[in-house]
Amino acid sequence: MSIIRSHVLVCGGTGCFSSGCKKVQAELHAALERHGLANEVRVVESGCFGFCKMGPIVMVYPEGAFYCQVMPEDAEELVKEHLLKGRVVERLLYKEPVTEESVALFNDIGFYKKQHRVALRNCGKINPESIEEYIAHDGYQALARAVTRMTPEEVIEEVKRSGLRGRGGGGFPVGRKWEFARVSKDSIKYVVCNADEGDPGAFMDRSILEGDPHSVIEAMAIAGYAIGASQGFVYVRAEYPIAVERLSIAIKQARETGLLGKNIFGTDFSFDVGIRLGAGAFVCGEETALMTSIEGHRGTPRPRPPYPAVKGLWGKPTLINNVETLANIPVILLHGPDHFASIGTEGSKGTKVFALAGNINNTGLVEVPMGTTLREIVYDIGGGIPGGKAFKACQTGGPSGGCLPAELLDTPVDYDSLIAAGSMMGSGGLIVMDEDTCMVDVARFFLEFTQDESCGKCVPCREGTKRMLEILERITKGQGEEGDIQLLEELAEVISKASLCGLGQTAPNPVLATLRFFRHEYEAHIRDRRCPAGVCQALLSYHIVAEKCKGCGLCKKVCPVEAISGELRQPHMIDKDKCIKCGACVAKCPFKAISR
Amino acid sequence: MERIKLTIDGNPVEVEAGTTILEAAQKIGVHIPTLCYHPELRLEGACRICVVEVEGMRNLVASCVYPVANNMVVKTNSEAVRRARRTIVELLIANHPQDCLVCSRHGECELQDLSRQLGIRKVRFSGEKRDLALDESSYSVVRDPNKCILCGRCVRVCAETQSVSAIGMANRGSDSIVTTPFNLGLAEGPCVGCGQCINVCPVAALREKDDTERVWEALQDSKTHVVVQVAPAVRAALGEEFGLRAGSLVTGKLVTALRKLGFDQVFDTQFAADLTIMEEGHEFISRLQKRENLPLITSCSPGWVSYCERFYPDMLPHVSTCKSPQQMFGALAKTYYAQKAGINPAHIFSVSIMPCTAKKTEAARAEMQASGYRDVDAVITTRELANMIREAGIDFANLSEGEFDLPMGMSTGAGTIFGITGGVMEAALRTVAEMLDGQELPEVEFQQVRGFAGVREATVRIAGQDVRVAIANGLAQANRLLERIKAGEAEYHFIEIMGCPGGCIGGGGQPLSKDPDIRMKRATALYRQDMLKKVRKSHENPAVQELYRSFLGEPNGEKAHQLLHTHYHARSRY
Repeated sequence: MSIIRSHVLVCGGTGCFSSGCKKVQAELHAALERHGLANEVRVVESGCFGFCKMGPIVMVYPEGAFYCQVMPEDAEELVKEHLLKGRVVERLLYKEPVTEESVALFNDIGFYKKQHRVALRNCGKINPESIEEYIAHDGYQALARAVTRMTPEEVIEEVKRSGLRGRGGGGFPVGRKWEFARVSKDSIKYVVCNADEGDPGAFMDRSILEGDPHSVIEAMAIAGYAIGASQGFVYVRAEYPIAVERLSIAIKQARETGLLGKNIFGTDFSFDVGIRLGAGAFVCGEETALMTSIEGHRGTPRPRPPYPAVKGLWGKPTLINNVETLANIPVILLHGPDHFASIGTEGSKGTKVFALAGNINNTGLVEVPMGTTLREIVYDIGGGIPGGKAFKACQTGGPSGGCLPAELLDTPVDYDSLIAAGSMMGSGGLIVMDEDTCMVDVARFFLEFTQDESCGKCVPCREGTKRMLEILERITKGQGEEGDIQLLEELAEVISKASLCGLGQTAPNPVLATLRFFRHEYEAHIRDRRCPAGVCQALLSYHIVAEKCKGCGLCKKVCPVEAISGELRQPHMIDKDKCIKCGACVAKCPFKAISR
Repeated sequence: MERIKLTIDGNPVEVEAGTTILEAAQKIGVHIPTLCYHPELRLEGACRICVVEVEGMRNLVASCVYPVANNMVVKTNSEAVRRARRTIVELLIANHPQDCLVCSRHGECELQDLSRQLGIRKVRFSGEKRDLALDESSYSVVRDPNKCILCGRCVRVCAETQSVSAIGMANRGSDSIVTTPFNLGLAEGPCVGCGQCINVCPVAALREKDDTERVWEALQDSKTHVVVQVAPAVRAALGEEFGLRAGSLVTGKLVTALRKLGFDQVFDTQFAADLTIMEEGHEFISRLQKRENLPLITSCSPGWVSYCERFYPDMLPHVSTCKSPQQMFGALAKTYYAQKAGINPAHIFSVSIMPCTAKKTEAARAEMQASGYRDVDAVITTRELANMIREAGIDFANLSEGEFDLPMGMSTGAGTIFGITGGVMEAALRTVAEMLDGQELPEVEFQQVRGFAGVREATVRIAGQDVRVAIANGLAQANRLLERIKAGEAEYHFIEIMGCPGGCIGGGGQPLSKDPDIRMKRATALYRQDMLKKVRKSHENPAVQELYRSFLGEPNGEKAHQLLHTHYHARSRY
């Protein structure tokens, strides 16, 4: 047996996969082979590290050196320098955006410093395709404890005591949900894992499934034991091929090891998990639509009650939890509910994973204790706004959520504070917007998404979101009318109060939230025919401020339609009839002399 | 059963657990408007018109699906409810062609009713409207997807009541439409033309194919001799169109109205029904004696025949080879009648008035020209006839009672009950029993085959043997029955299947009605007519006896076979 002295973890998440991690892996193998290190250094494909912007990410243990944006051609140097000679390759290390200092160690990087990884505990740490590695990291111990030493009621009690709330958006207390399913009397019950993650830009669940699929399987088995179910289904979108593959491998391994199947740990408890692929409809993340889809019908929601815990999949009591919720379960049973409850705030226990996106330096996946402020997430973890621009708003809760302005940056991120602030937790999308963002356009964007993803079953959502979108489109095109804001508000109220499912009930939120904090932008569009952020093309009118223009002529050169004229060293002019509002001149002007 | 106490609009109500808010409100006379709700279909809770406010709940709830709970306080007419309802109707109208004045459902449209009821005076939303092609591919049903409000009642009736699923929801969000498989049109899919979708459609998105213009043309043409036959179920329903009580029997007024419209001869499909019993009765006796192709299954209902061809082609040998009464009549009108009246059959235009839309497709079948001509030239539904009577300015309710023309207007009570589920079976039993027993029946009514249950069965003692019969009405019920037979769980000698719930009285061409007891009322009218008939057994119809004597020869004989029997084809569903 050879002694492995070093492990090289190459991130195999979807982000790094897209930026070429497979090739990096291959080159690393080849370089190790060339240098005769193949028997002492092992290359492992790990799950997501979360820092997707910096991918492909390579981490070398035991040192814990964190290399970013590693290209295939860097493999030779990495192997020769670090693995052969023991010298860290400085140039591939992460550099803090502000100080430009290189940071060698993972835990010293600002992006990771304030994070607390519970749901993502194994992501980027273990090989997701190896059940042995999961077991070596305490995997399946929680299940063992549950089925051999606890009654189902005791399991539920611990989950209740942990204070864990649903991470899919609603924030419903998980223990109570389990209890409802437990007390429903039926010989057949189901556990469903909702992996139909649909918020634009969110990929928390995908990363967990890709990086630590066994944690979800283990949790489903625990849930099955707790409520009295022997069959589980993971409903996952087919657009997550890597997640589906790793999950399939994990299920197979668990079956082979006897951790799924009949008489788990020699007890009477039997449980198995199947995968059901979704076609990617946003509405199928809604639990009743999800069940309808699993049953083989068109994925549309059905009225509640009856709730799934009473009458769910094929009319049987069904427990539905999302991926991140489940990933927390083994930790609760292993380290105790009190330990879990010690993280977070009074009403929101534990941590929450966010997908940081938008105008922010460090895009990627972050997990923070509940109660961390938005400011900490945006500036300390996210590294602030690129280009020194000002923060304008951040959108939480995905298309169903809301936008919070700069004044609310110190809002602690937990279920109740976000709702009080006018937004919501949602499943964990967090989109940061800088000063160049038009909030009417943002509302239009999200509404376009929800109206596109409306299933079409109920009238308020189907017809109402379409009309709201049409009004917003009109406003952004400079055709807004007095009364439009009122009409939007009236429609929003009816849609949110009368729609059949959560999708419709929350669809107007982006409009309501932007109206709440940025009403003046709507008014500027409608009354002044002006887009303050300079985004809405139809409302832009470019002109050169004579006092600022030095007459350098750069704008004239870059204009694709020869709309700019002027003598050298004299203020230039834009011919509005010719101008196509492409913005090339603004970008080029060194004196910021062109306004819109 | 647990009792639940709640308050609706300040009034205390006590109902059984499991009752919905809508039902509880109806109990105390509080009317909550509905649209996607239909008492005979699965609950959807989709249109949200029926929303109400429940104290303590953040959102409004759909009363049609929301179960009552103890101490619940419901408001059905709060400001939030009113606003929601009005906005929903406004939104529907905004995406609906506003051509009410020329719409086939003008005055009979639930969207129009809602708009009036809620006092909508203005539609504040302008924007894109659906602009899709009409589906006129079927002889029976026309679909206008632009008028569709996506309540899904048609989809549910087609799937649940009829087990056909010729239409379904497609696309998402505001692109959602009700459409046929692969959007190919009704004629290319499994549609059997039963028209149940029309009966549940709240607007004019589904309607019968209008053939009245062709009938008007024939009537106006002096060179054309126009004969008309009227199906039994028509006379039990037509009165509803003219404000008469549901269940009024309007046979005499109907005859007079047809004469006034200008039909040259007014005949009765019931005559052909009696003839059908002669042919089918003999066919049954022959199969019973030879023990072949049993059970025999009736073939009067073209919706059922189409269904069998598409969904149970292996059962086709069991289906009686008899044409339906409509088609027997058609074949005789241009042979027997033409000969008797001395009219060139080329100049005869044969019209039938049916409670049924599938009859339009049946008349168009390639094999239905035994006379050498198209046996039936035009089929119009009860509703279309009502339109013609209205257009002609006939004061229907005050018409005098007319009599059918002879000989093909003469019929028995057995022919009358053809219009009700179980009626064909009962008519057949009256004749078969007497023919086999060789003696008069002590009791002409077979109560054991009557009723409205989806599937009924009975054992009748005839000539020393037990004849096991079954009756199904509605195609999902037929499906249930046939599956049991195929699984070996049931065995019968004779089965009656009608495509529509209740039989022809509940046909897809009947007047639209919201009366939950409508089928019962129409059936009662026909049973009453049967009782009033002097002759109540088909084989005793003198005109039918004369027909055999002077023209056809023997039942099931060569000529009868050529004119009165047909064959079926297995057809692909898509």
